[in-house]
Amino acid sequence: MSSTWMTTRAWLLMLPLLVVMVAVIGWPLVDTVGLSFTDAKLVGTGGNYVGFDNYTNMLSSSNFSRTLVTTTLFAVISVAAEMVIGVLAALLLNQQFHGRAILRALMILPWALPTVVNATLWRLIYNPEYGALNAALTQLNLIDAYRSWLGEPGTALVALIVADCWKNFPLVALIALAALQAVPRDITAASLVDGAGPFNRFRFVILPYLAGPLMVALVLRTIEAFKVFDIIWVMTRGGPANSTRTLSILVYQEAFSFQRAGSGASLALIVTLLVTVLAVAYAALVRKTAGSAA
Amino acid sequence: MLKTITKTLVGAVFAGGLLVPHAFAETTLNALFMAQAAYSEADVRAMTDAFTKANPDVKVNLEFVPYEGLHDKTVLAQGSGGGYDVVLFDVIWPAEYATNKVLVDVSSKITDDMKKGVLPGAWTTVQYDGKYYGMPWILDTKYLFYNKDILEKAGIKTPPKTWEELGAQAKIIQDKGLLKTPIAWSWSQAEAAICDYTTLVSAYGGDFLKDGKPDFQNGGGLSALKYMVDSYKSGLTNPNSKEFLEEDVRKVFENGDAAFALNWTYMYNMANDPKDSKVAGKVGVVPAPGVTGISEVSAVNGSMGLGVTAVSKHPDEAWKYIEYMTSQATQNQYAKLSLPIWASSYDDPAVTKGQEELIAAAKQGLAAMYPRPTTPKYQELSTALQQAIQESLLGQSSPEDALTTAAKNSGL
Repeated sequence: MSSTWMTTRAWLLMLPLLVVMVAVIGWPLVDTVGLSFTDAKLVGTGGNYVGFDNYTNMLSSSNFSRTLVTTTLFAVISVAAEMVIGVLAALLLNQQFHGRAILRALMILPWALPTVVNATLWRLIYNPEYGALNAALTQLNLIDAYRSWLGEPGTALVALIVADCWKNFPLVALIALAALQAVPRDITAASLVDGAGPFNRFRFVILPYLAGPLMVALVLRTIEAFKVFDIIWVMTRGGPANSTRTLSILVYQEAFSFQRAGSGASLALIVTLLVTVLAVAYAALVRKTAGSAA
Repeated sequence: MLKTITKTLVGAVFAGGLLVPHAFAETTLNALFMAQAAYSEADVRAMTDAFTKANPDVKVNLEFVPYEGLHDKTVLAQGSGGGYDVVLFDVIWPAEYATNKVLVDVSSKITDDMKKGVLPGAWTTVQYDGKYYGMPWILDTKYLFYNKDILEKAGIKTPPKTWEELGAQAKIIQDKGLLKTPIAWSWSQAEAAICDYTTLVSAYGGDFLKDGKPDFQNGGGLSALKYMVDSYKSGLTNPNSKEFLEEDVRKVFENGDAAFALNWTYMYNMANDPKDSKVAGKVGVVPAPGVTGISEVSAVNGSMGLGVTAVSKHPDEAWKYIEYMTSQATQNQYAKLSLPIWASSYDDPAVTKGQEELIAAAKQGLAAMYPRPTTPKYQELSTALQQAIQESLLGQSSPEDALTTAAKNSGL
């Protein structure tokens, strides 16, 4: 078979998918770019061309910089915590013990729950009047009185990060667990014979096998955390006093609540650009780690 | 690959199915309601069932969303080419909905009987620029609810007539150790906070706008926020109020953990239901208090209306449905969680029986209803004010500074 035919066949096979992708991703993206240079409303007429006004207004507004900081904090802390907890959970679940299969299945549960359900559950747990967290902490004498976890700027973001971690660490654990199965037993056995302690064994024997898959988990989680919307919308709607408002919530407010489709589109594209930069940087890292691991 | 193709095909068939017009003679209406305060979901379903029984050729699909999602859902459905024929809308949206052509002008369908029979205050809910964009349906304002048991134990004979008195009575209750924080409000970063604030603005005789420009940062508007901050800082207000919505306030009140609470009509009969409430039979209700020398009582216009969307393909059937839902007979039958828009209902024993206290409070409160500003940019104004209220409560900013910033960010 000639290589031209191979190429043609590959393109032919991919064509249906390409058509669908162009229709559902490509066209809306182009449309959004066009929209971002206008003062269009969500409903009604197309709006007038306003050049880069939307972009300069957005980038110079204090709302944007504050929201960017909040989003970054949320993404960095929650993803870091999810990676650590996920790997630790995977190491535990990789041990031989009775009931391991049940635990492994149970661990998936938080991740399998719809985010809105998860957010509603955590709202109940954090409830300032009858929440389980307040009850547990007062009974353990860790706090004197019930507190408003989602009503104070100091604790609201942390509370959201905990809820997000609970939901998403299983994904990291799942990926890490799969990678752990690939670590050859003779190598770990040999390192034991050589007298390597648990930390060194993890650092020099196990981690190299995990690095590649963990990078993939890191990329997926960072991008998702950066785009976070639903869990925050359900739990705090960006409050108190906008202390948990993330970029996606700002986009939503601008485009849908305030119906300014034009500036909403420009903001959405700025966020897309930020996420793309992250994704490309990570992809390069993944290639590097994969290269060094091989 | 094959899977992708199959999925695509399945998706296309599914999407196509939605577009195929129904091959029946009957009309299907899609209606959007809220599942929060006022009529319960069960009430709305029962009313609708009665309508479809009387009109077997019309089918009504009901959808319920929380109040917080109602505006955005309506606008999004419109932006994507429609979906609803009938939508429930809040008193603050007609300006925006009319300007952006979300609702149709139904002025010609409002009969003289309707104009004569419906309370004048209710019409402001659906009017913009002299035109009617629907029928008022939920006639509501925030009342001051009190726990008779706790007031009696504190030796308080009559509920407060002024906001100052409310603070003084709460202090007595707190000092006697009856409750740590006697007052509950809904001050979450949401429209609910604006409704409480507006009640106070009306008490202090403030203005939201003057000549189309923000004026809430001066006079009564400022006094209103200062009252909230003082009440919060003095510890008389439940500090969790800043993350409460109306339903949270109801739960706290029903649990006997609040002596005073500001809430809508629906709490009266719910808190008096011994099935869910620990305070059944002890629920008192009066109009929200006034301010000495300025106002007798205070009230926010928290009414809502039903309108026909501009994209509806069955506007006549949709209007018929609205007429049925807002008719005096229907409203009198379901007058426990929301009171009728019809003036004569308030003297009808079938409506007043068993809730005489609520009706008495309603007669005063509904007459004093103060509107939130009528502007197409209401959502921006409200968002800016919500932030100002929360920043002041949290001590991040003084009420003066917070309101000045809100005025700047209000988009007006």
